[in-house]
Amino acid sequence: MSAVIDHPGHAPGHDHAHDDHEHGAPHGWRRWLYATNHKDIGTMYLLFSFTMLMVGGVLALLIRAELFQPGLQFVNPQMFNQFTTMHGLIMVFGAIMPAFVGFANWMIPMQIGAADMAFARMNNFSFWLLIPAAIMLVGSFFMPGGAPAAGWTLYAPLTLQMGPSMDAGIFAMHIMGASSIMGSINIIVTILNMRAPGMTLMKMPLFCWTWLITAYLLIAVMPVLAGAITMTLTDRHFGTHFFNPAGGGDPVMYQHIFWFFGHPEVYIMILPAFGIVSAIIPAFARKRLFGYTSMVYATASIAILSFIVWAHHMFTTGMPVTGQLFFMYATMLIAVPTGVKVFNWIATMWRGSMTFETPMLFAVGFLFVFTMGGFTGLILAMAPIDIQLQDTYYVVAHFHYVLVAGSLYALFAGVYYWGPKWTGVMYNETRGKIHFWGSLIAFNVTFFPMHFLGLAGMPRRYADYPMQFADFNMVASIGAFWFGLMQVYFFFWVVVPMMRGKGEPAPQRPWEGAEGLEWELPSPAPFHTFETPPKLNANATKIVA
Amino acid sequence: MIMMKARLQAVAGRIGQIGLTLGALLATHAALAVNDLPGGPGVNQLDLHAPVTQIAADQRWLHYFMLVICTVIFLGVFGVMFYSIFKHRKSNGAKPANFHESTTVEIIWTIVPFIIVILMALPATKTVVAMKDTSAADVTIKATGIQWKWGYDYLTGEGEGIGFVSTLDVSQREQSDSGKPAPVDNYLLKVDNPLVVPVDKKIRIITTASDVIHAFMVPAFGIKQDAIPGFVRDTWFRAEKVGDYYGQCAELCGKEHAYMPIHVKVLSQADYTKWVDGKKKEMAALADDPAKVWTLPDLQARGEKVYAANCAACHLASGKGGGPIKALDADPVVLDADKSKQIHVVLNGQNNGAMPSWKQLSDTELAAVITFTKNNWSNKTGQIVQPSEVAAARK
Repeated sequence: MSAVIDHPGHAPGHDHAHDDHEHGAPHGWRRWLYATNHKDIGTMYLLFSFTMLMVGGVLALLIRAELFQPGLQFVNPQMFNQFTTMHGLIMVFGAIMPAFVGFANWMIPMQIGAADMAFARMNNFSFWLLIPAAIMLVGSFFMPGGAPAAGWTLYAPLTLQMGPSMDAGIFAMHIMGASSIMGSINIIVTILNMRAPGMTLMKMPLFCWTWLITAYLLIAVMPVLAGAITMTLTDRHFGTHFFNPAGGGDPVMYQHIFWFFGHPEVYIMILPAFGIVSAIIPAFARKRLFGYTSMVYATASIAILSFIVWAHHMFTTGMPVTGQLFFMYATMLIAVPTGVKVFNWIATMWRGSMTFETPMLFAVGFLFVFTMGGFTGLILAMAPIDIQLQDTYYVVAHFHYVLVAGSLYALFAGVYYWGPKWTGVMYNETRGKIHFWGSLIAFNVTFFPMHFLGLAGMPRRYADYPMQFADFNMVASIGAFWFGLMQVYFFFWVVVPMMRGKGEPAPQRPWEGAEGLEWELPSPAPFHTFETPPKLNANATKIVA
Repeated sequence: MIMMKARLQAVAGRIGQIGLTLGALLATHAALAVNDLPGGPGVNQLDLHAPVTQIAADQRWLHYFMLVICTVIFLGVFGVMFYSIFKHRKSNGAKPANFHESTTVEIIWTIVPFIIVILMALPATKTVVAMKDTSAADVTIKATGIQWKWGYDYLTGEGEGIGFVSTLDVSQREQSDSGKPAPVDNYLLKVDNPLVVPVDKKIRIITTASDVIHAFMVPAFGIKQDAIPGFVRDTWFRAEKVGDYYGQCAELCGKEHAYMPIHVKVLSQADYTKWVDGKKKEMAALADDPAKVWTLPDLQARGEKVYAANCAACHLASGKGGGPIKALDADPVVLDADKSKQIHVVLNGQNNGAMPSWKQLSDTELAAVITFTKNNWSNKTGQIVQPSEVAAARK
């Protein structure tokens, strides 16, 4: 039985729980520390990422509390810079990325009809590496001089002025990078080698496709990040001058290397979200996904284009005119495959038979708000406009529209959609709707005014600001606290009851239009699934015989 | 469960309190009158700054152009989506259709956005080329980002040879720390020495930095250029209107990032010539004779000013420092009979630049500020550091 917390005899109708006595779940702490089961590891990834979401969220609220009014009321500017830096690092490397790996662990074997991930012990290792990394990263607050304060992008040569916590941060990111690479290898091998007979690549659910492409992106760029931060480390301690102008190094080189990682990283955080949404919209429209093939090609095109656009983060460094033009054109090109995806989702909804349970609400919310972030991205891609908006709050608004309303909303949608399969109980629909509407409104109250602040020229990473920016900052801060409370509500009133098995027992296929192998399994999904390869129907969505 | 309830009540109580505080804050806020700052941000400004250069005007036009296209697409796409959401729902009895692919449609909605994107890029290209053309400038000024102030040196054109440092008004920095800054229009934008340029002249700004990356930004001119240590980059503007224009550092540069504003004063040609003459005379008068031997009170008085302008931001007026910032009051290096130790630290910096190098200050200024710290607060060493000693240590 694979419900998250053991609760013997929690609900009727779960006789299968007795089926797996022979290979039953190990008990106690060993089940988790020695975990090799993809479902257990997926659960740990998800809980870990939610914990980090809360830590990063508290930092965000400290930032917003300081910015509530002009003047410094709570922290000094150095502390403020530590908060912005750590908020970024924790959210990117601790919350969003591991959450998607958690989804991959849970869903990929179940969607392709595999018994488990290909490398079960490496899977365990890649999760447990995250714990020391997170402790080191968060613990850096307690080191002399406080946490790293050079921004999450860790631009040289500011990093050379940081205290010992910078080294802790670099090591933490090395470890997280190693964990990501192992996770990616595992996902690629699982998808390419462990599909059930009949599950051809072009019949695979899009979530698997987007993760397959994401995993390649990760393997390509995590070593690049590792290189950049290792060079920072040797500059700091071993007398090299890669980025230190005092010794002939080039600080702009750091930015090129960082963003060569950083831009594909953006797609690493959004492609699996596309996969989740591509599963949910057809299920609630009760209609097959429109343009499956073009969705796969669009995802691949986005991934390839993501390698040739990095310098649009660097328009103000003073590139030659041809450089600016090339990166401007290439960046704008990404709008094309992204647009194709949005059109396909809407075509899927068109003339469907839609209902709007919470997963669908989050998926539609994703579509609507993420696209706004897409448009501001297009505006920022125009080099002349970017000169005005670079490093202002407009950029902050833009990437929160795509990362919070994009990635995070898709994650929420996925939790509501597959949660009943994971835990065996339905979430409370009213609470789900409260969570959705509360989050959606609070999100826009927080981040929409930031577009105006950016247009008016308020630079980001500022602990204090001119009086004219006061009102919008106050509104944003109120929205942020509201948004934070909604996520606490989500955890205690939606997630915890599901984990404790409180709620209606979930049927095997709780969503009328849901298709795919995961819905061929009982709810909650047994500890071991597909121990022998299933025989699939023609379009690989059902088990026959 | 009981604990949960108690916690809930506590939370509810706290929310109530926050609500009250919020109400009070909003009320006080409304009472404070802050006005638009001409050339700087407006109150609750929704748009880019009013342009003062052709480039800024082009940028604003491009932004409107993009905004219109994006809004039209947005309304079109989401009009269809919301129509579908209201029309094709199960509760309305909608039956799902069975179509799920169409190569024609896919090709259309790949080609059409591609064409739109090209149409967007065309006008932008023209502006990029114009922005990058820094040739044939009338006046060239080097802007040096220094943690945390701007140094301006007039390299060529009228005013050649003028150089000064521009720092945020000290009282505004203190107000920020107090947590209750007075509502003035130019809060955090007031500097001691604004950059002065003539109207209708092509001004080329060369940026560089002495420590970390900064960025020189003036929204009304439509310029933002990173100032990178060890490298020079350039940008340009031709201001079309006389007036005061404001910007701030736009690249995270450490603790005081928010406190290194940019103030550009655009003067008519006649006023500019007058300013250049005045500035040159002032500089000649101010140029200290490095061989002069000072008395302790004179040097201390001079040092107090240098301290307030350069050191107080970190070490504080009290000399107590804070956190990783060393206290100067009762510091063994400051009190040391060997004066060269402190001279060395001030000239070369310490801790990887956490204490920066102050080489850019004159011998007299450095001698004055070192003498000041050696004889202020509880430090009563009676030592005098003469400019000549600093000059000797520089070699």
